[in-house]
Amino acid sequence: MQLVTPGIGLIFWQLVTFLIVLFLLAKFAWKPIMKALHEREASIEDALSAAERAKLEIQSLKADNEKLLAEARLERDKILKEASDAGNALVESAKNKANEEGARMIAQAREAIENEKRAAITEVKNMAAALSLDIAERILRKELSNPAAQQELAADYIREVTLN
Amino acid sequence: MKKLLVLLFSFLTITAYAAESAEGGEFRPGDMITHHIADDYTWHFADGVVLYLPVILVDNGEVVSFSSSNFYNEAHEVVPYKGYVMEHGHIYKTNAAGEPIADYAGLYDLSITKNVASMFVSVALLFFVFFGIAASYKKNPGKAPRGMQSFFEPIIIFIRDEIAKANIGPKYERYMPYLLTIFFFIWFNNLLGLMPGGANLTGNIAVTLVLALMTLLITVFSGNKSYWGHIFATPGVPKWLAPIMIPVELIGIFTKPFSLMVRLFANITAGHIIILSLFSLIFIFQSIAVGPLSVAFATFMNFLELFVALLQAYIFTLLSAMYFGGAVEEHEHHDEHAHAEAH
Repeated sequence: MQLVTPGIGLIFWQLVTFLIVLFLLAKFAWKPIMKALHEREASIEDALSAAERAKLEIQSLKADNEKLLAEARLERDKILKEASDAGNALVESAKNKANEEGARMIAQAREAIENEKRAAITEVKNMAAALSLDIAERILRKELSNPAAQQELAADYIREVTLN
Repeated sequence: MKKLLVLLFSFLTITAYAAESAEGGEFRPGDMITHHIADDYTWHFADGVVLYLPVILVDNGEVVSFSSSNFYNEAHEVVPYKGYVMEHGHIYKTNAAGEPIADYAGLYDLSITKNVASMFVSVALLFFVFFGIAASYKKNPGKAPRGMQSFFEPIIIFIRDEIAKANIGPKYERYMPYLLTIFFFIWFNNLLGLMPGGANLTGNIAVTLVLALMTLLITVFSGNKSYWGHIFATPGVPKWLAPIMIPVELIGIFTKPFSLMVRLFANITAGHIIILSLFSLIFIFQSIAVGPLSVAFATFMNFLELFVALLQAYIFTLLSAMYFGGAVEEHEHHDEHAHAEAH
């Protein structure tokens, strides 16, 4: 029975001591400890979220870089293609020009040859005519050196004129 | 570790032996055990190593104080002193013939007993440990815990997260100082009670009464509208049941802390009784051969008691938190809405 009968003295001391302990521990131990724990947790939380943010940032930077790289690659391909196109066009046009020039020169040469030929032929013709005239004159001079022949010829002309 | 245990049990055995020799004559285990788990005016560490504690009496408003050694003469027999006598662990006023007056009113015994002294030791320990920890938190803020700090920090966080936050909810912060204090107060005193020569403080009903009373008062004073609403007009219960429901709910307010009081008292006291009984076997059989067996069982029980010391501190704190949680919980007022619409 003594075991389950609370003693007034112990109740008194327990009450007083416990209240003092509660007050002192709450003020000088639990408050700073809880505050420190809370602060540390907050700082850890902050650090973790900062790391997360940094990770995302790096990822986006990486994506940006990749995008830029891809764009640069495209640009390079385009430039290369353009350059090769331009080169090809240049070669082509040069070739055409050369062909044209060649053709023109051949035509010119041909024309010149033709002209030379024509001039030569004319000269030959003129020379032939002059020679013929010369020959004819010489023949005529020789034929008409005697009077009979001159008479005969005159007679011929008259015949011919009469006939006409 | 093993050496320490051997030392520990050799001390326990000495205390048990001391009890026998102090009482003298035939060994009565019941008396020895009752003597050990009850409060005392002296602190008996070992035979001949006795701390006589101060006796403080309030006799009709007058404070009388003297050392408890005055109750013993040279032959270690109990004698009356200044008109008071100690009998069966109580101090009585004596009449002219030196006989104790059983029904004397107006005498309040506020002595620093073995339990009170042991409590002071535990308080000093609590202050030493937790002021030290608080200082190391201030010294290196935001750093990882070190030493004692790293041992107690997980426990403090466990009480905050698993006991307070889980059971009280968003208003848990207000109750943290109380919950931490009762947890460590009970745990430290449970462990001190297991030390050789330690007092059975948390196994004393006066101590558990005060602790339970604290929980009761905090619960009642933090009860919100919804808490009292559930007591005086339990939702979903017909009105004509109120004459039964209200007394039942009111009794419920008191049975909860009452169960706290009895649970802690009974668990700790039972542990002490079992260990002391196991040692008593040696003296009952009057054979050293029983010793190893007793020691083996007592070792096992001591480990169990170390666990119980922690478990009971946890349960007391957890249940207190649950009662606070019930008092501050905001219920969804479906019933009240339905009631308002009906009008």
